Amino acid sequence: MSGESVSKSAPGGPEDTPRAADDLVVLTGVNKHFGALHVLQDIDLTISRGEVVVVIGPSGSGKSTLCRTINRLESIDSGSISIDGKPLPAEGKELARLRSDVGMVFQSFNLFAHKTVLENVMLGQIKVRRTEKKAAEAKARALLDRVGVGTQADKYPAQLSGGQQQRVAIARALAMGPKVMLFDEPTSALDPEMINEVLEVMQQLARDGMTMVVVTHEMGFARSAANRVVFMADGRIVEQATPEEFFSNPRSDRAKDFLSKILHH
Amino acid sequence: MFDFLDSGQYDLLGAFWVTAKLALYSAIGSLIWGTALVAMRVSPVPLMRAFGTAYVNIVRNTPLTVVIVACLLGLNQTLLITLGGQRSEDIGFRLAVLGLIAYTGTFVCEALRSGINTVPPGQAEAARALGMSFTQVLTLVVLPQAFRAAVTPLANVLIALTKNTTVAAAIGAAEAAFLMKEMIENEADALFAVFAVFAFGFIALTLPTGLILGWAAKRLAVKR
Repeated sequence: MSGESVSKSAPGGPEDTPRAADDLVVLTGVNKHFGALHVLQDIDLTISRGEVVVVIGPSGSGKSTLCRTINRLESIDSGSISIDGKPLPAEGKELARLRSDVGMVFQSFNLFAHKTVLENVMLGQIKVRRTEKKAAEAKARALLDRVGVGTQADKYPAQLSGGQQQRVAIARALAMGPKVMLFDEPTSALDPEMINEVLEVMQQLARDGMTMVVVTHEMGFARSAANRVVFMADGRIVEQATPEEFFSNPRSDRAKDFLSKILHH
Repeated sequence: MFDFLDSGQYDLLGAFWVTAKLALYSAIGSLIWGTALVAMRVSPVPLMRAFGTAYVNIVRNTPLTVVIVACLLGLNQTLLITLGGQRSEDIGFRLAVLGLIAYTGTFVCEALRSGINTVPPGQAEAARALGMSFTQVLTLVVLPQAFRAAVTPLANVLIALTKNTTVAAAIGAAEAAFLMKEMIENEADALFAVFAVFAFGFIALTLPTGLILGWAAKRLAVKR
């Protein structure tokens, strides 16, 4: 862990981002179309081990699509994506194996509705990782305690609040021991008073050295937890900088315009 | 009026027992075959999808009598397939089960497909994101939820299947409708009584099925 967390920042005071040789996720020249719409245009993005990258931008800018291409829930038209040195395969067992190393948290939680909270966190371990049931349960319970929903283990997802469900979803992804975690607008479907309980879990993860890609509208989280902010608009990465630099001194007009709309009203 | 029941000439319970067995074996078989068909219809392999779609559309639009009679004339009398049966009744019974499975499987498939449509796409996405294979996504996450959502339409299919077993009389399976034909000939003076007896028999088979599965549908429903 120590070697992986050199690029970590203390909460509330991000440092400059070192572009170390230890690249975990590398996107090169990625293009994608939805029909006539060019949603991703020549995306180059490198994420180092232990880095927390927050992707922000106006809706329709392609940031969710970008997040989803990293574990190939969305296919790409051209370019390449590699994770930990291995190119992302198009399909089959290899792709499944790679996906199991990439944790994903969705806007709408997507907990398995017919399984209890505990079973949700055990399923991937048992069926994909082939972990012993006992060991899987112990790990699941420990993770549920860690995200603060240990007492809800035997309930069904529909019996939990949105914030609790999202924390279970984070535990479910962590149970696979992922190399990187993708968060696709994890707090956008939550009631305001539940946003913080989810952000706190994510802050803790960031402090523990997890590599994270977070698509979000939570500028507070970007400021306090991110090593780097990636600003996207119209399918392109317009600007990348440390949070301090980006929020106090954005270079592009597009970013200035975006920030002026969300920061002052 | 119902004197003919006491004559000991007709094995009414035996005939309905054959009907029940026909329905039970066909139900189990068509549940399995229907599940396989729906797996093909939603699979990522174009050839399997094409086969599933073509099979369902051809077979469900063919009259059941044609399917059943084709089993006897085509499979048995032309290709000499007996499915291990010795007496002609046994052969008729086994071929009827085969025909009913082939036919009812298409309706099971479509009931399940409507069940799959009630499962939000995010469920499969989350399963894929965990690294599950197509088969695991389908069998662990999508189908269990689809089955629960499809209990009511599946109950309809099962009731229709139970009544469809009467077509098996056409190829000599000794089930209820087969006996009814015989009784209509012998007991012409009690025609309406004969009809009533058989109608009651089928209601006794299907009404509990519908009630039990209706209750099960509520109990098993996935809360979202």
